Amino acid sequence: MVRGFFYALNVMAAELNEKAQILDPSAIQRAITRIAHEIVERNNGTDNLVLIGLRSRGVDLARRIAKELTLIAGTETPVGALDVTLYRDDLDKVGPQPVVRKTEIPFSINEKRVVLVDDVLYTGRTIRAAMDGLIDLGRPRLIQLAVLIDRGHRELPIRADYVGKNVPTSREEQIQVLLTEEDGEDRVVIVEP
Amino acid sequence: MVGLIRKDLLSMQELASDDIRLILDTAESMKDVARRDIKKVPTLRGKTVINLFYEPSTRTRTSFEIAGKRLSADVINISTSASSVTKGEGLKDTGLTLQAMHPDIVVIRHPAAGAAEFLARRLAASVINAGDGAHEHPSQALLDLFTIREKLGRLEGLKAAIVGDIAHSRVARSNIDGMRKMGIEVRVAGPQTMLPRFIERLGVEVFTNLDRAIGEVDVIMMLRLQTERQQAGLFPSLREYSRLFGLTAERMKAAKPNVLVMHPGPINRGVEIAPDVADGPYSLIPNQVENGLAVRMALLYIFAGGGQAG
Repeated sequence: MVRGFFYALNVMAAELNEKAQILDPSAIQRAITRIAHEIVERNNGTDNLVLIGLRSRGVDLARRIAKELTLIAGTETPVGALDVTLYRDDLDKVGPQPVVRKTEIPFSINEKRVVLVDDVLYTGRTIRAAMDGLIDLGRPRLIQLAVLIDRGHRELPIRADYVGKNVPTSREEQIQVLLTEEDGEDRVVIVEP
Repeated sequence: MVGLIRKDLLSMQELASDDIRLILDTAESMKDVARRDIKKVPTLRGKTVINLFYEPSTRTRTSFEIAGKRLSADVINISTSASSVTKGEGLKDTGLTLQAMHPDIVVIRHPAAGAAEFLARRLAASVINAGDGAHEHPSQALLDLFTIREKLGRLEGLKAAIVGDIAHSRVARSNIDGMRKMGIEVRVAGPQTMLPRFIERLGVEVFTNLDRAIGEVDVIMMLRLQTERQQAGLFPSLREYSRLFGLTAERMKAAKPNVLVMHPGPINRGVEIAPDVADGPYSLIPNQVENGLAVRMALLYIFAGGGQAG
């Protein structure tokens, strides 16, 4: 019985109708490869670079980007996992408290170039929470943001540095990112009630 | 929406094993926070936690206080020696006064069994029972379960012996319930006068001999001997009690070599537990205190949202 907010969202999403597929497996792969190349280009290599994925699909994406970075630059880029639940601004509004999962960043982020990785960028509130969380862990040299999907409707002055695909949506629609690691398949779809 | 939908935490009895697992998992994440340079997260900003303690307490009160502060809640401590309670105010009126201040969580420790429930029925705030008489002390049982799980990696299938004054111990009662729910086989041991009648109905094995009780178990949980019980005639002398039920290095030979020793504190050194056992390598007593903080952060986090579930 006791799962949380994200579980509930998934259950709700499962009852929605699929409207369109935005990315198929090879398109997801291409987007990840392109983001990895852009990261290397923008940061002049991978020195001092770390990837931090937001639980849970952001972590899977961060690991995939890290693999690409190894192919491109030949060095391993550390990957951490950040859970932003304790920093959310809507804990009063979501009813039962969402489950807090572990933050696992087994390296110092001080003076590092941190690339935050998430699956969907929407209101920007999750990223705000993530930046607050990161800054409690240390003082990065800079923070950049990579997302697989940017669906618009920002409520905060936040933008992504690396975007897999921009997808104009209405607020009623939902974006579902499915990844093999969590869901057994790779695809991104728009669903609506 | 799914979640732990309950306003108050009054007893282990009302928690299902899934609830317990959720609390322990949340506590694991909270433990990470306590090990960082910046040991504070903004989660309970603007929430008020009142610690209402009618009995002396160091570790429980401090640990709830620090837990609240780490989560950015405003924590107010009311201890009875410095409040209107000394002027004869009853629990009901204190409760109504607190209600008027709109706290989000009230943590209560009281010498009377049922006090937490009494308050919970009268307050809109979530009430967390931090010990009510000889009834329950759920946060202690949860931190004990957390400590065992952390050390041994599981709970299911373990054996534990709880030793001491079972009849008057809220720690024993909460632990028996919690352990049984998590699949731990529980033994209790103590002088006949300190074992409640029909205790075996709780699904525990009863021993009046320490050596036999601690053979084959994975965990030995010693209880504090409340020395005032001597006046009630439950045991003849401290020395007698200590000789029969005190855990010493010598007695430990009857147990498995890697057995874990726990004690909720405060310890009567040399009475129920010998100093070299309490400070020994198998002692989890310092872990229990550290984990108490993480578990109480988890409880404050979970129950701060519990009141508005719907």
